[in-house]
Amino acid sequence: MKQKIEKIGRMTVAAVEELGYGAKLFAESVYWLLMGRFNNQPVGVSLVLAQIVQIGVTATPIVLVLCFSVGMMLAIQGLETLKPYGAQAQVVTGIAISVTREFAALITGIIVAGRSGSAIAARIGTMMESQEVDALQVIGINPVRYLAAPTLLAMLVSMPLLTIFGDLMGMLGGAVYTSYELGMPVSVYMSRSFDVINVFDLMQGIYKSIIFAILIVIVSVLNGFQVKGGAEGVGMATTRSVVMSISLIIIADMIFTFFLTMI
Amino acid sequence: MQNDNAPNLIHVKDLVTHYGDNKILNGVSLDVTQGEIMVIMGGSGSGKSTLLRYMLGLNKPTSGCIELLGKDITAMTENQLHQMKKKIGVSFQGGALFGSMTVAENIQLPLIEHARLDENTMRIMSQMKLEVVNLAGFEDLMPSQLSGGMIKRAALARAIILDPPLLFFDEPSAGLDPVVSAELDELILRLRDAMKMTIVVVTHELDSAFKIADRITILDRGEILMCGTVDEVKNSDNQRIHNLLHRKPRRDRVDVDEYLQRLTGQTLGSTP
Repeated sequence: MKQKIEKIGRMTVAAVEELGYGAKLFAESVYWLLMGRFNNQPVGVSLVLAQIVQIGVTATPIVLVLCFSVGMMLAIQGLETLKPYGAQAQVVTGIAISVTREFAALITGIIVAGRSGSAIAARIGTMMESQEVDALQVIGINPVRYLAAPTLLAMLVSMPLLTIFGDLMGMLGGAVYTSYELGMPVSVYMSRSFDVINVFDLMQGIYKSIIFAILIVIVSVLNGFQVKGGAEGVGMATTRSVVMSISLIIIADMIFTFFLTMI
Repeated sequence: MQNDNAPNLIHVKDLVTHYGDNKILNGVSLDVTQGEIMVIMGGSGSGKSTLLRYMLGLNKPTSGCIELLGKDITAMTENQLHQMKKKIGVSFQGGALFGSMTVAENIQLPLIEHARLDENTMRIMSQMKLEVVNLAGFEDLMPSQLSGGMIKRAALARAIILDPPLLFFDEPSAGLDPVVSAELDELILRLRDAMKMTIVVVTHELDSAFKIADRITILDRGEILMCGTVDEVKNSDNQRIHNLLHRKPRRDRVDVDEYLQRLTGQTLGSTP
């Protein structure tokens, strides 16, 4: 019994410590992005661009396909449930709002966490193991500035853009199925969707994508820097960072949605 | 070669360090004079790699001071430390080349960071260092395409790209065949003679140590056993140094009470 309580205590301390470390990583990354230039240690533009390609551009096809599928799935379910009430045309509103507020950001977050979160953790973890991070430090390059800050900026650029593409594809998915089922032309469906959604709906999704971007970067960088124990340690850090970021994304989404709907 | 009037470029005094609750270094003091090759030797777990990490400023010590080029690095601000990094070169055990960059990009990284020269100048400078380490023609390869000896030489080229007065070398011969390792020893000697560098080498290879060292420091269980010239070390009558030099296994006397205590996890005598 005493051992169990001790274990819980230790885990709590470790969790709080990790939270603090994450906050420190975030603060330091922001510091380097804003102040690095004045200290003659700027965050490399080429590093940021390379990360944008890796995180954003290469993830675009899969995000588009999945958001399209989610839009279509929502249309199938929506038309089915609205049929008894003869209110099938309302499906446009339902899809437009749920995709822009919720699904595009969520799907993008989960895909990027799976693709890039794991890649970031694995990359930094391998660098820790092969002393490349030590080598950066003795060359005089702060590892947070070189590894975390460019990734954070790239993620902050990529995620909102991917979410906007996701919005469009989600609605298009809905439109394609609705035109097949109800015979409503895709162009009519889309223009009605644009009438229904307002800036607030769009921004809700974009705010969320920014929160998700920060969560993914901090979680995976944190796990990467904490790697111990060779290849196995890298594997564990990779898995941990994906599971942690996806869980945090979903929990953050729930909390965020709760507060935003109160406005 | 050693010169009594040369200044100390490295001055470590009463260095105490911990890893978690374990004390790793216990009051280590060490001086390295200008133009000298100091070899730090010791068995596994003796603390020699730890000592190197602290001299590089990678960790903060529990107590003690570490002066490089006359300045205490434990009391430096981030910016001062950043400036100091220009003056030291490090070649890590596994090379620690960046896997995502070519050999040339690896070597130019310190230049890009500290010097901001135009691209052509940097290319020529890295080419010169590649010539020094006999790697000309390999500049466009990725580290994964190099052999173990080539990786170490490329890492050395990166370490000396800014012509630092201080060079640190972690296990130069580890994992290399005798010929390549002898070549690397020659290279270290040449760097000292041609570029007047002060070099600290951490190793457990006896042959290599005797060949290159001006002085040898022997660490054991976090303490300095002795520090002296090659001959002094060879003629030492200290039993543990003798064991290390003649590859004798350690024969520590087992304390019976302590052994039982470790096995049972209980203090003897406290059991009813």
